[in-house]
Amino acid sequence: MDSTFIIEKSVVIVTVFALTMLMAMYSTWAERKVAAWLQDRVGPNRAGPMGLFQPLADGLKLFAKEEFEPNTPNRFLFFVGPAIAMSTALMTSAVIPWGDRLHLFGRDILLQATDLNIGLLYFFGVVSVGIYGIMIGGWASNNKFSLIGSVRAASQMVSYEIAMGLSIIALLMMTGTLSLKEISVQQAGMDWNVFYQPLSFIIFLICAFAEANRTPFDLPECETELIGGYHTEYSSMKMGFFLFAEYANMFISSTLLAVLFFGGYNYPGMSWAVENWGVNIANIIGFGALFVKLCGFIFFFMWVRWTIPRFRYDQLMHLGWKILIPLSIINIVITGIVILRADLAAFLGL
Amino acid sequence: MSLVLIIFSVLSAITLATAFLTIFSKNPIHSAIYLVICFFSIAGHYLLLNAQFLAIVHVIVYSGAIMILFLFTIMLMNLNEQREVHRPRITRLGAIVSFCLICLVLIAIFINSKPIVGEYTTTGEDYQSIKVLGKVLLNEYMVPFEFASILLLVAMIGAVLLSKKEKLEK
Repeated sequence: MDSTFIIEKSVVIVTVFALTMLMAMYSTWAERKVAAWLQDRVGPNRAGPMGLFQPLADGLKLFAKEEFEPNTPNRFLFFVGPAIAMSTALMTSAVIPWGDRLHLFGRDILLQATDLNIGLLYFFGVVSVGIYGIMIGGWASNNKFSLIGSVRAASQMVSYEIAMGLSIIALLMMTGTLSLKEISVQQAGMDWNVFYQPLSFIIFLICAFAEANRTPFDLPECETELIGGYHTEYSSMKMGFFLFAEYANMFISSTLLAVLFFGGYNYPGMSWAVENWGVNIANIIGFGALFVKLCGFIFFFMWVRWTIPRFRYDQLMHLGWKILIPLSIINIVITGIVILRADLAAFLGL
Repeated sequence: MSLVLIIFSVLSAITLATAFLTIFSKNPIHSAIYLVICFFSIAGHYLLLNAQFLAIVHVIVYSGAIMILFLFTIMLMNLNEQREVHRPRITRLGAIVSFCLICLVLIAIFINSKPIVGEYTTTGEDYQSIKVLGKVLLNEYMVPFEFASILLLVAMIGAVLLSKKEKLEK
C-alpha cells in the first residue's frame, strides 16, 4: 500500500466527514426555515444574513450549557449512548459513491471512501447498530419516560428494518449486485431504478422515515406523551449529539434514496459531458446532480414533518407488519416472475 | 509478531472476556451489552478470514436479535428486585447432568473430528461475492438450505401461536 493511496483516501474520508457534519448542521437551519415558510413565519433571521449563522450559534449554546447528570447507576452507559448514536450516523457515509472519478495529479481518484462488495449490507449493519445508542442511552438515563421512548424507538426500528430489507431485495434481484458503485453505474443516463421499482421505492421511503425517527414516526420523542423521549435526561452537547445524529441519519437516508432509486450521480447527457468537457467537469456536475437530488429528499422529509401529524403506536406497528411487509413480499414475487418470464413461458409451453 | 496475529489476539481476548462477563454480570442488561460486544468481535474474526459478507450478515442478524432480547429483558423481567431466585434441588441436579452430557458430546466430537484443512483446493472463485455464495448454497447445498428455512418458518409460526391470546370458550 503506497503512501499516495493513503493520502488520497484520507482526503476523501475527511471531505465526506466534513460534508456530513456540515449538512447535518445546515439541516437544522433548513428545518426551521422550511417550518417557518410552511407556517407563514419568518424563521431564524438574527444570526448572520438570513440566519445563516444560526447553527453555529446553536452549537456554541449547546457547548456552553450546564452539563447535567441524572442520578443513575450506569454513568458509563449514559455517556456511551450519544457516542454510539453519533459515530454510527457518521459511519454510514463510507460506502456512498459521491461521483465516478476525478483525474487529478496524474491519477484517478474514486469519489468514494471504499467500494465494498457488500456496500448496501454494510449500510444496514451500521443502521441496526445505531439503535443501540438510543436504547442504551434511554435505559441508562434511569427515567421512565426515557425508557419508554427508547423501547418505542427500538421496536419501531427493528420492525421497519425488516420491511426495508425486503423492499431492497426486489431491487437487488434486478441489479444483481450489492455494491452501491455498481448500482450507480447501472443507472447511467435516465435509466433510474425508480421507474422499474416504484413500489420498492415507496416502501423504502416510508421505512427511511421510521428509521430516522422522523414525523409521522417520531413516537420515540413525542413531547406531548413522553416529555422529550429517550433524550429527556440529556443536556448540553450530549443532547446535541442525539439531535445531530438524527439529522446526519436523515442526510444519509436521503443520499441512499438518491443513489439507489434516482440514479446517484448520473444525469442525462453525462457520457456526452465526459467526452466534450473532460472527466473532471462532468463529475463535478455529477456530484452537483447528486447533491440536488439529496437536498430534494431532505426537503421532502421536512415537508412531511410539518404536514402530517404523528401516528398512534398501534397504527405504526400495523402499518409496518401487516401492510409494508406483505407488500414488499408481493413485490419480490412480481419482480421474480418478470425477470424469469422467458423461462416461465418456455416451461409452461407458451 | 505479524499485524494479523496481534489483531487476532486482541479480538480473541475481547471475545472470551465479554463471553465470560455475559454469564457473570448480575444485571441482565449488562449481560446483553456484553453479548453484543462478544458478537461484534466474532464478526471481526470473520473479517480476518476475509469473509466480508458473513461478517456483515452476522452483525445485522445478531444486533437485531439482541435488540429484541433487550426489549424482552426490560419488559418481562423485574429489574428493580435483584434477588437470587431460589431453585429447587432437582433443577440444579438436572442442570449439572445436562452440562455433563453436553461435555461428553463435545469431547466425543473433538476426539473423532479429523483435520480437513489439507483437503481444501483453490478453485479460483471469489467466495466473498454473494453471487458465488448464492450459487453454491442453492446448487450444492440446496436441501440443507431449504430445511433451515423451514425450521425458521416453523419457529416463527410457533412464536406467533404462543403470543396469541386463547379465545375463551363459552
